[in-house]
Amino acid sequence: MNERFSPDVLDSAAGLSARSGRADAAAAAVTTGLPTTETEEWRYSPISDSDFVELLNGLSPVLAAPSADAVERAEQYRQTVLERFESIAASVLILDGYVVDVDVDPGWAAKGLKLEVDQDRWLAAEPSEPTKFDQLHQAFSPGAIVIQSSGQVAITDPVVVVTHHESPSTLSCPHLVVEASEAGELTVVEHQTSAAGAGLQLPITELVAGKASRLRYTVVQENSEDHVQIGRQLSSVDGQASLTSGVAAFGGRYLRLRTDSRLIGRGANASLIAAYYGDGDQIHDFRTFQHHEARDTRSDLLFKGTQDDRSGSIYTGLIHIHPDGAGTNAFQTNRNVKLSDEAWAWSVPNLEIENNEVHCSHASTVSPVDDDQRFYLHARGVPPTAADRLIVAGFYDEVLTRLPSEAARQRVQELINTKLDRRIGNQADEA
Amino acid sequence: MSEQSLKISGLAASVAGNQILSGVDLEVRPGEVHAVMGPNGAGKSTLSHVIMGKPGYEATAGSVTVDGVDILSLPTWQRAQTGLFLAMQYPTEVPGVSLDDMLSNSFNASGRSTDGLSDALASEADRLAFGREFLERPLNVDMSGGERKRNETLQLTVLKPKYAILDELDSGLDIDALRVVSRRVEAATNEDQLGVLVITHYNRLLSELKPDRVHVLAGGRIAASGGPELALELEASGYADYAEPGAA
Repeated sequence: MNERFSPDVLDSAAGLSARSGRADAAAAAVTTGLPTTETEEWRYSPISDSDFVELLNGLSPVLAAPSADAVERAEQYRQTVLERFESIAASVLILDGYVVDVDVDPGWAAKGLKLEVDQDRWLAAEPSEPTKFDQLHQAFSPGAIVIQSSGQVAITDPVVVVTHHESPSTLSCPHLVVEASEAGELTVVEHQTSAAGAGLQLPITELVAGKASRLRYTVVQENSEDHVQIGRQLSSVDGQASLTSGVAAFGGRYLRLRTDSRLIGRGANASLIAAYYGDGDQIHDFRTFQHHEARDTRSDLLFKGTQDDRSGSIYTGLIHIHPDGAGTNAFQTNRNVKLSDEAWAWSVPNLEIENNEVHCSHASTVSPVDDDQRFYLHARGVPPTAADRLIVAGFYDEVLTRLPSEAARQRVQELINTKLDRRIGNQADEA
Repeated sequence: MSEQSLKISGLAASVAGNQILSGVDLEVRPGEVHAVMGPNGAGKSTLSHVIMGKPGYEATAGSVTVDGVDILSLPTWQRAQTGLFLAMQYPTEVPGVSLDDMLSNSFNASGRSTDGLSDALASEADRLAFGREFLERPLNVDMSGGERKRNETLQLTVLKPKYAILDELDSGLDIDALRVVSRRVEAATNEDQLGVLVITHYNRLLSELKPDRVHVLAGGRIAASGGPELALELEASGYADYAEPGAA
């Protein structure tokens, strides 16, 4: 680690609260090694120490809140996103990890929607084996935005969060907490963007679905092509509650997302979906956990991705049925379409079952565009590039229909089409 | 002006290195219905796949022309654009792709206007007694065998090709559906001068869709040709007379 991450810098960090644990985490981050493929956790990830050493050596933490000018410039990103929504309950702008603006509709505020910045917040439960990135987050995160419903109110308009990483060569640590109250309903849509050269982002998202609540969260990641993101999503779903979590990953050079979904109350239900599409040299790296800790819980995970050019993806997932998880239904499906010979995909689903009264299934595929589907469209007079475009776009249909936000769905459709158009453009150049 | 026909001349083809067709000659003119019958394994489906250019089916000799245009050198989509249609025996499921999207792309590729496409789909679906709700489904997904065949016929009527190859269109269709589909194809032969090559194992379809000519495909070539009466003979006597020498 370079000296810019030394615990000493915290003493003069105007933007960071003096919460406990910061300095210890910063000190730990100095000595904790980088993840290696020797560990199960990172086994399939094509990371090397040297990649991260080089990246981290060039970075600085963001120690002060962004200037008013910077906030004003970032407003455009929020406005662009907000234009896609017909109505919203609130919006949040996060810049370089700092919550710089919160705007709540008074009507929804009166009905119990609350958004608060909590500068002292760290994870309620520490990760059992914190990585260097967790420690960096704990040390340098300016705090969390906490979005809560209260009472048995359905907040039917979405809360829109725009997370932008702007400052060059920095480490940013956004922290988003979404809590649906008992029998409440809450929808949050996050859009992530970054400027070229911004560096490394370590987002943490906590989703807490109280008893009998409905919580819907979607994140659409369209970071710049040199951006590195290593994120965590931690969710817990209580009895009779339902969580839908959608991830759409299109940007970045390397994206790593670990999701831990805990079903902690009887009858809890989680729908976990992702659409990702890599081209150029992008890498999308997902590690998922579905923890069934209570009776009669259900989780249904569907991750679908495309790999073009030299890009690659990793999916490793574990369904873990705890001894108390009788009556669990748990599904895990990962499907990949590989569009070029140089592209690659690992797909490794796993089960760990400690109770026998359960229904579990897992499936994974990595394959090129289906020849029979191609032939069918060609035989109807559709030219090859158009046919592949239709088939690949259609491949995501199942995921898109499950995304819990119409505006996000439309945006993801656009992002898929942009990728496919670029592909067709590249092919035309080669022809 | 070259002659208007789908003309297959001396067509030989192999699949995975095995020769299946060894010199097929056939000519279908606009408005005509030709039936190709034959025992299992005679190469009936190979014939349809080679004509349409399915990967893995290689023409090794002969020619296929559509109104004088040699199509064997063309990629599949261009063969379709010359006015050739293949109704498949086992229509493929294409998740997430709608009929409208596929046909729009086909129309766009040939510069045909897509105005009125939705209306055409709706009215043709009605004509085929095919529920309009199927128009919204992804291609062939969650459809029964009979629904898929109606869907194939629907595409045929909207694309309006010059020549259609119907590969075992009768399989999966109940008798009422068979009648509706046959009548619609027959109407196309009259209204649009559609030329039809019906590939079938049974006479069932031919009692609805009256062929002008019947051909027996056996041993990789046309072993006999005749009028509709030939289909009736085959129904009575089977294909034993056309078995290859030495075959069991």
